[in-house]
Amino acid sequence: MLSATLLVAGLAVSLGGLLIWLDGPLRGTARDPSDAIVELLPRIQCGQCGYPGCRPYAQAMLAGEAEINRCPPGGAATVARLAEALGRDPRPLDTSRGSASWSRVARIDEATCIGCNLCARVCPVDAIVGACNWMHTVLADQCTGCELCIAPCPVDCIAMTPRLRPLSIAESAHA
Amino acid sequence: MRELTLERRLLGGLRLAAHKQHTTTRPIRRGFVPRELIIPLPDGPTATDTLVAVGEPVLRGQPLAATGEGIAISHASSSGQVVAIEPRPMPGPPGTTAPAVVIHTDGRDQAIPMTPLAGQSLSRDDMLQRLQDAGLVGLGGALFPTAEKLRSRSEQFTLILNGAECEPYISCDDMLMREQARDVLDGAALMCDFSGAGRCIVAIERDKPEAISAIAAALDEHEDDRFELAQVPTVYPAGGERQLIQLLAGIEVPSGRYPTDVNFLCQNVGTAVALAKLYARGEPLTSRIVTVTGKGVRTPQNIEAPIGTPIAELIGAAGGYSGNVARLIMGGSMMGIALDSDARPVTKATNCVVAAAPDEVYTPGTARPCIRCGDCARVCPARLLPQELIRSLTGDDLERVASLGLADCIECGCCDVVCPSHITLTERFRGGKHSLALWTAEQAAAARAEARVARREQRLDLAANREAEERRALLAPMQGGREARQRAVQAVIERARSPSAAPDGDET
Repeated sequence: MLSATLLVAGLAVSLGGLLIWLDGPLRGTARDPSDAIVELLPRIQCGQCGYPGCRPYAQAMLAGEAEINRCPPGGAATVARLAEALGRDPRPLDTSRGSASWSRVARIDEATCIGCNLCARVCPVDAIVGACNWMHTVLADQCTGCELCIAPCPVDCIAMTPRLRPLSIAESAHA
Repeated sequence: MRELTLERRLLGGLRLAAHKQHTTTRPIRRGFVPRELIIPLPDGPTATDTLVAVGEPVLRGQPLAATGEGIAISHASSSGQVVAIEPRPMPGPPGTTAPAVVIHTDGRDQAIPMTPLAGQSLSRDDMLQRLQDAGLVGLGGALFPTAEKLRSRSEQFTLILNGAECEPYISCDDMLMREQARDVLDGAALMCDFSGAGRCIVAIERDKPEAISAIAAALDEHEDDRFELAQVPTVYPAGGERQLIQLLAGIEVPSGRYPTDVNFLCQNVGTAVALAKLYARGEPLTSRIVTVTGKGVRTPQNIEAPIGTPIAELIGAAGGYSGNVARLIMGGSMMGIALDSDARPVTKATNCVVAAAPDEVYTPGTARPCIRCGDCARVCPARLLPQELIRSLTGDDLERVASLGLADCIECGCCDVVCPSHITLTERFRGGKHSLALWTAEQAAAARAEARVARREQRLDLAANREAEERRALLAPMQGGREARQRAVQAVIERARSPSAAPDGDET
């Protein structure tokens, strides 16, 4: 009787210890819960949802602080996917928030550009190059079409144009 | 001559009624020169420089455009005068255009002087460059540059010479093997030499006894122990590259990989003849055999057509339309595309033109919901699950579409034929592949964008930290009461007054 009790107690203690010991490494491989939500978004980083980027928006949705219909580039399909992933009711896309899309890129009219550098400072993906007082240009392969550079331009020389070169799967050489 | 006996069956596939007999009774019509030629120039990201100008005379075999690396260039396919260089509609989905050189032929069909490759001592690289300059591409339909395919070299390679030709209406390869068996084998031997392949299997479907005996006779004459003849069952789509490898060797080419990864090279018999012609006579690829058939043409036959021949003139060469044409198809009845006009030219990919009478056109009934019979999965030669694919495509679940392997669909159309609900699966898959490619690229671009955002934030943090630190360092002397502040101010004033002080931060 005693030996059986001791055996069971010993098993309980050693298995418990094993679990506690494994807790660290096993937890380390778990992904951030917002990763799964971010991957449902188009990740244009336009901020048209009202949050400073796609990850903050995903975190806000996870916390229940944000509506799931605020991502214009994602459209209705993304709303549906978010609704399923978050277990919320789908709702129509809030079209008042903007119209960013992967299918367009910003283009700077180089003749008009005064080199103020304001656009380069707001670009979330550092896709605009140029030094103060010099011509600026957009790296089309890196541009996500977020439209964030349009508003700061004092001479309105940035326009959204159709993306001519298709997005590539591989990282381009000059990325 | 050695013959390879097959123990395997094709995965999936269908037995289809053949319509080849209409075009195999006449020899290939050769020497046909149309009045006008619309020669497409390679289109794509690589810019092309045209080498001719409007108004200039050109001769057959004269290069029309130079391109960047890896893309075969176009040649004038007969002699005449260039009348325009402009975008022209091309066979493909409506709205497909490509830059083209338009030539009015003079009927003399004069050629530029050509030097055979045979007898020249050329390095392997030079030889491959010559193939490229001659515009040699795979004539089976995919137009893969032949030089690229032969670039990798291994003793382990097995060359499969594809003469299966499984599409019900097409007979151009069949006729070519009957009439030019010798050239076919000469070209194949050259391909073996280039690629190092120690073995070559000539694969022909069993329904082509004349071609088989012609090739067998030529093989006996050739006395090359690398060659083997394989009679493959008449099952559609046995002529697919991956299908043929599975049938002959029992090996499946893994998804996203190439036949060379499993030590196989596939070349079409037409490509072999083109290579033989280049080697023996220095002729670039300026023409191909096209099967002109269907009940809508008066005299169905195979014609050696210069590249760029308008379909209308090609039909004319086959006796013209015989009244009732419901649809004009380029390619076979299974995998071909419907043409919206007969003004489109013959390209290097055009193996067949079908002028189909109303009773030859397959018109799917109204699509009904899928009943999950699974017939589509049973006939799929790529071993996909068409019904699951269509379900995920309808639901726009591209992640699942990707994991179900849509990219491996060869668009053979077998699932369409057997579907009892008349669902146009292949058409949806063709569109789905496009959206899938777009989606995959967007996912990759999104991941890149995220990484760039993270790097930017890191940079901004770093800059903000450095700025704060510099501020602290600057303000440090000011800490410590009134006297310390006065000392600091005094030090600054003295520094400003001293003549040796370099003006700070003023570079102009």
